[in-house]
Amino acid sequence: MVPLAYYLGLSAILFCLGVLGFLIKRNIITIFICIELMLNAVNLSFVAFSAYLKNLNAQVFVFFVMVVAAAEAAVGLAIIIAVFRTRETLNVDRVNLLKL
Amino acid sequence: MLHLILFFIFAAVCIAGAINLLAQSHPINSALSLIVVMGSLAVLYLLLGAEFVAAIQIIIYAGAVMVLFIFVIMLLNAGVEEHSGKSYVAWFIGIPSVTVLVGLAVYSLVLYQEKSAPAIGPDPLLGSVQEIAHLLFGKFLLPFEVTSVLILIAIMGAVVLARRGES
Amino acid sequence: MNSSEPNLYLWLIPLLPLIGAAINGLFGHRFSKSVVATVGLVFVAAAFAMSAWASAQLLHLPQSKIPYIEDHLPWIAAGGFHVDFSFYLDQLSMVMILVVTGVGFLIHVYSVGYMEHEGGYYRFFSYLNLFMFFMLTLVLASSYLLMFVGWEGVGLASYLLIGFFFKKDSAANAGKKAFIVNRIGDFGFLIAMFLMFQKFGSLNFSDVFAKVSRLSGESSAGILTAIALLLLLGATGKSAQIPLYVWLPDAMEGPTPVSALIHAATMVTAGVYMVARSNFIFSRAPVALAVVAVIGCVTALFAATIGMAQTDIKRVLAYSTISQLGYMFLACGVAAYSAAIFHLMTHAFFKALLFLCAGSVIHALGGEQDMRNMGGLRKKIPVTFWTMTIGTFAIAGFPPLAGFFSKDEILFQSLVSPYGTKILWAMGLITAGITSFYMFRLWFMTFFGERRKAEHGAGHDDHGHANNGDHVHESPLIMLAPLAILAFFSFTGGWVNIPKALGGGNRFDQFLAPVLNAGAAATAEHENPGLEIGLALTSVFVASIGLAIAWLFYYKRRDLPGKVTAALNGVYTLVRDKYRVDELYNWLFVQPVIKLSRNFLWQQVDVGTIDAMVNEAADSAQHISNEARRMQSGNIRSYAGWVALGAAVVVAYMIWAGLQ
Repeated sequence: MVPLAYYLGLSAILFCLGVLGFLIKRNIITIFICIELMLNAVNLSFVAFSAYLKNLNAQVFVFFVMVVAAAEAAVGLAIIIAVFRTRETLNVDRVNLLKL
Repeated sequence: MLHLILFFIFAAVCIAGAINLLAQSHPINSALSLIVVMGSLAVLYLLLGAEFVAAIQIIIYAGAVMVLFIFVIMLLNAGVEEHSGKSYVAWFIGIPSVTVLVGLAVYSLVLYQEKSAPAIGPDPLLGSVQEIAHLLFGKFLLPFEVTSVLILIAIMGAVVLARRGES
Repeated sequence: MNSSEPNLYLWLIPLLPLIGAAINGLFGHRFSKSVVATVGLVFVAAAFAMSAWASAQLLHLPQSKIPYIEDHLPWIAAGGFHVDFSFYLDQLSMVMILVVTGVGFLIHVYSVGYMEHEGGYYRFFSYLNLFMFFMLTLVLASSYLLMFVGWEGVGLASYLLIGFFFKKDSAANAGKKAFIVNRIGDFGFLIAMFLMFQKFGSLNFSDVFAKVSRLSGESSAGILTAIALLLLLGATGKSAQIPLYVWLPDAMEGPTPVSALIHAATMVTAGVYMVARSNFIFSRAPVALAVVAVIGCVTALFAATIGMAQTDIKRVLAYSTISQLGYMFLACGVAAYSAAIFHLMTHAFFKALLFLCAGSVIHALGGEQDMRNMGGLRKKIPVTFWTMTIGTFAIAGFPPLAGFFSKDEILFQSLVSPYGTKILWAMGLITAGITSFYMFRLWFMTFFGERRKAEHGAGHDDHGHANNGDHVHESPLIMLAPLAILAFFSFTGGWVNIPKALGGGNRFDQFLAPVLNAGAAATAEHENPGLEIGLALTSVFVASIGLAIAWLFYYKRRDLPGKVTAALNGVYTLVRDKYRVDELYNWLFVQPVIKLSRNFLWQQVDVGTIDAMVNEAADSAQHISNEARRMQSGNIRSYAGWVALGAAVVVAYMIWAGLQ
């Protein structure tokens, strides 16, 4: 039996690693992967609380998070493919035309 | 006791996978690291008694979404990350913010120590497929149906966006 | 108004010329010249008729009802301070309104002929009527504030009329100079009014004079002196005394009727009137009286010496005006106020006459104003000659003409009055001699000898005659009639105040006594007939010497002036250049102010500060937005950085809120 704090600590660590990767990495796809990491960390948090509060609503929410993550991954990757076709690069620093 | 050990092992795997994700320069390695992380998370869900969630984590998340990622990586033939100038904002504002977040997390955990002390483990009455099905098709029926619409839209969007340009 | 109170309808007197001014000003450009002239003349004549009638009514009032005050509209009612539009008639203002409207009417008639060929005919008559309105307001006002309204208004009318030929630079500049120099005097008047209000709480004549007479001598001498000196400053501006006389010679740029009306007969006398009206205050401030006397005396002598060396006929008369005004101030300065008013009246007659005659000469010669180009006009324009002769003898002070009695009265008072000294008398006497000299010099140079042709520059405004001076003709009747009437008054005007020594009864002095002597220490009574006759003979003798010298220099031996000026070359050029006072003022005041305005106020304050502030505001908006737009870099990682920051802030807030 593991204290709740451990699960939450792990979730926090994973989340912060995801944010760090988002800031550091230059490849678009890697950035996307970091986003998925963040979502997973949050899922862990939900499930931990579900067990703590003895309530299943959180798990249903996790279900929905996954659905949305899947949809988002599909569309996002489609966008990346479209961008790659025009810009010929996956370096996020090069995709900076939307500026003043 | 066993739970604790298993937790530590798989937590270590999670963190190692995440760090590896950040350390690798080729995106395919990062994707594979993420799969490792997802797998360990599934085990942790099992430790918490969420069987259904663990199952769909493996099937959908690791099995479908990450496969999609890997397909795209291979399609685009994304090479090693190239070096370009760093972003000042990201380094000088972002990283301190992350540090602050970490600090806040530690702080709140320390603060609510007593409250989060109690141990949690699998509950036989909770987390089974039946229970979740009851909820999903009962109380959360509308969101469930809406997500199907959402997925439809995502499919259409992905198809349109990834198509070859107008000829 | 119950029936026992008389109603003199004083408000009509200023109002009628105002209506004339409005009609001519607004609609005059559509009228023919005769209609414009008729409108102008009718309203001034009506004002004169009203003044005569009101004066007649006043003479029937018992002394207790004088001054007659007519209240009309309330004007300022702020706290305890009340000033109303109300008019005030006593013997002094009665003399003034009769002189102003009478002489004014005659000059209006003259202008109908003189300005016949000028452009802007309706504008001229509109301005003339406007001037009459303001002058009558000034004289009939019952408070210093309303008087100040008239004071400013005549300054405005003067500016408009001096700069009548506004297309000429010199005329426009002269108008500006007059107005600005007057303003400096008005500043003194204003401060005096402030002090009066502070001390007495009111600006009405009745209140102020009542309070002043109740004041004890010693404690209030200081503030009364201050008020008196400041009033004097205003008077020197309006009446062209030292140091603010410099505008009057330049004001000759205006048409000659303007010079006659405003700068000889009426406006410049406003200062004397004001000092006489304030005799209560002045008589209790001996220091101020001494200053008045000194300024008057010095100005009289100073201007007379300048007049000796001028060659433009109107300039000579201008300096003569300044000099005669100096006499009036001298009289006030020895507390002989009624002598000053007497001289004001006679001076109005003969100076207006002289100016109008000069205008007639100029008109006859087709615009020539330089006396060196005149001569031999005696037979060609006889009426002008004889009227001018009367005027010249009057101003020189020969009996039995008007100038003799008034000037003598002043000289006598300057010797025997408690405030007078021998020095003042001596300077006044010398000035009389110089006056006689330069006036007869003018007389001889203009009318006698042979005609000297244009060696000295071209003539002035040509009056549309386009003749080069060969065709000398007498002026039309409409211009000659006022000359004749004014000549008559110059001859007889002095007979209202023949002193006892010579058989008269000093009737004029007696008449004005209730107004002018009630608050003052008693001026010298005419108890010393021997002295008076002796002094009179002395002044006639001095005037005769002036005539003799002028006859010698400008009739008998024409070469003498050239020799004298060659011998005294330095002094002569100094005097001819008006002692370079204008240049001094320019260097002392005008140039520094221009430099201040240009370098400091314009460059630094206006361009450097105000414009810069506005420009800076716009520029800084631009700079700020320039900096702000760097956030929109299109760089995803920097956006991510900002998002992370925001997330950290939100989480911190939630934790903090949870702790509350």
